[in-house]
Amino acid sequence: MSHIILLGMNHKTAPVEIREQLALACQKEVNPLHMLPHLQQVEELIFLSTCNRVEFLFTCGAVAEAISEVKALLRTHVGLPSSIPLDSYLYVHKDMEAVKHLFMVASSLDSMVVGEPQILGQLKGAYRAAVEYRTVKMILNRLMHKSFSVAKRVRTETCIGSCAVSVSYAAVELARKIFGQINDKRVLLIGAGEMAELAAEHFLRQGVKSMTVANRTLERAVELAARFKAQTAPFDLLLEEMKKTDIVVSSTGAREPIITYRDVRARMRERRNKPLFFIDIAVPRDIDPKVNEIDNVYVYDIDDLQGVIEFNREERLNQARTAEHIINEETIKFRTWMESLDVAPTIVSVREKAERIRQNELRKTFSQLPDLTGRQKEAIEILSASIIKKLLHDPIMFLKKKAQRDTRAVYMDFTLRLFNLTEGIDEVDPAQVESEKALDETFLKAAKK
Amino acid sequence: MESLFLVIATLCYLIGAAGYFIYLLKEREVLPRIAWTFLLAGALFHGAALVMHAVVAGHFPLTSIREAISVFAWIFVVTYLVIQEKLQLRILGSFVSPLAVIFMISSRLLPTRAILANRAFKSGWLIAHVTSIFLANALFAVLFSLGIMYLLQERGIKKKNFGLLYERLPSLERLDSIARVCLMSGFPLMTAGLITGFVYASMIWRSPWNWDPKEVMSVVTWLIYAVLVHERLAVGWRGRRAAWLAILGFSAIVLTFVLTSLLFAGHHSVISGKIYG
Repeated sequence: MSHIILLGMNHKTAPVEIREQLALACQKEVNPLHMLPHLQQVEELIFLSTCNRVEFLFTCGAVAEAISEVKALLRTHVGLPSSIPLDSYLYVHKDMEAVKHLFMVASSLDSMVVGEPQILGQLKGAYRAAVEYRTVKMILNRLMHKSFSVAKRVRTETCIGSCAVSVSYAAVELARKIFGQINDKRVLLIGAGEMAELAAEHFLRQGVKSMTVANRTLERAVELAARFKAQTAPFDLLLEEMKKTDIVVSSTGAREPIITYRDVRARMRERRNKPLFFIDIAVPRDIDPKVNEIDNVYVYDIDDLQGVIEFNREERLNQARTAEHIINEETIKFRTWMESLDVAPTIVSVREKAERIRQNELRKTFSQLPDLTGRQKEAIEILSASIIKKLLHDPIMFLKKKAQRDTRAVYMDFTLRLFNLTEGIDEVDPAQVESEKALDETFLKAAKK
Repeated sequence: MESLFLVIATLCYLIGAAGYFIYLLKEREVLPRIAWTFLLAGALFHGAALVMHAVVAGHFPLTSIREAISVFAWIFVVTYLVIQEKLQLRILGSFVSPLAVIFMISSRLLPTRAILANRAFKSGWLIAHVTSIFLANALFAVLFSLGIMYLLQERGIKKKNFGLLYERLPSLERLDSIARVCLMSGFPLMTAGLITGFVYASMIWRSPWNWDPKEVMSVVTWLIYAVLVHERLAVGWRGRRAAWLAILGFSAIVLTFVLTSLLFAGHHSVISGKIYG
């Protein structure tokens, strides 16, 4: 049976320098999916890279070998020097753990800012690339589609999503309470991250005068600047840039605060004490909380902003619990489906279904023919049993023969559909099937090009 | 007739203040409009009463501290009505109108004894002195209210603990910029008031400076505002500190006005009024 493995690093496990290098290398070089034919042990592969995470999702038969292959792919193809100890930054999830993790990622529960909406788009992008490179087959195909629908479910059944949107809304509202008009204000965006970008977008839409982007990696800064029609500023001259800025949105992955009490205090006089509003979205924080003590300076971190929104802590925790419950539920459903792909349970369920039909039909027949004697009834039973046995003999032999093949899951899945045995395993709603079809078609078109 | 008008004016101010107070708790568009109208009506009755008084007495109604505060209250209300019309910042009324009521009622409670001889109020210098000082003080009273509003709002934002007023109060920068305008127009008026006062004093007492407690306090008050103006212009002082200093400045004004008039001897005070009167 195939195993699903998820190997990667995120903002919780790896320092930003490592993640940035990795994500950048992966963007510049050929997509690592390109390397799939060289990986002996890996069957299907998806590669996801955002500013806060780099993840490989793959299926394989031999777990240990496949993991070391993917790690080697990370190192050699991406060009990471061997001096960097990779293992301590990586997490490896196996099977249902991997499924659960993917669902968490898709529904934005594993994000730096829980509920930020961009991750789903990024995941879809990763899937699209995998379809183009033809590195996804049945299992990951199904898993990815499932993860999209789980994300949708979490979004509609909890208010985790609206939480994040209202965080950036709250930031803009606060800015209005401090500055009144914000259309003559300048925004400085430090670092990058889904949530920071969301907030920046919100400020831009509300018509701030100008925006400047400062990032450790210039490429990323340029990319963001193009998106927000912003200027870029050297990361080292951040504090100088602060003199001209009114609103600072910060979201770097730095371990220590990058802006300290003394930095700001020293520059307030030059700013002629004009108010300065820091929105610190980074975890751990970028702005020393003490900065808030300076006159005319207001520092809000992500917790403060979430506190602004009506939801209290209890409520948010409940929402997170509901979301986790949905994910656990969907993970179990997925496991049931995965298990059904094995040969033995497939054969059992085919036989069970046949037997169920036979019993039903016998009951109907006997009730219509009350004159039948015991011997006659017995003959009919034997007859029906042998018809079923003979009819199922060839398909079952066929399935047993495929048991040793890598492609057996495809046959099992097909068999389940052929005999309509998917009941209770996992209902796929028709609307979703339609939307997935449309998605697949666009992917296929893109692939043909 | 005159005292009837004053009672009506006081009632109008009270209703206006009550209207603004309810507006603070409930955002209803009609409330500030009604309250503003009542304040305007109060100012009209009040003004009429003052004119009547002046006509009967044949001089400016400033011979007693009661009259002085009454005139000041009237100038204050008119100043507010004008500012309100210019700025359309309705919530300001909730903080300013109680002051109008306090001034008005305290003017009813204070003694009526004369401070200065009637003949003194024929001098143009004295009228210029009193008018500019009162206008300046009215602006500083608004500045005081703005300071309180600013501190309330700033505290909420800083402590991340938003009270009921967070939604209702305007942005910090708006409050600060209005405060700036009040300060920058009030300060020259106060300066002019002091100068005309010195000129007048030197005409009557042959010396511009007589160590009168009110003179000393006025100069101290002026210095507080001078510091505020200087810091604002020179280093861009604003916000919390400016608000605190504006509150301190107005406290000094109230202290000057009330305490020195009642307690200390001097040519501005009630007791010494007998001597000079």
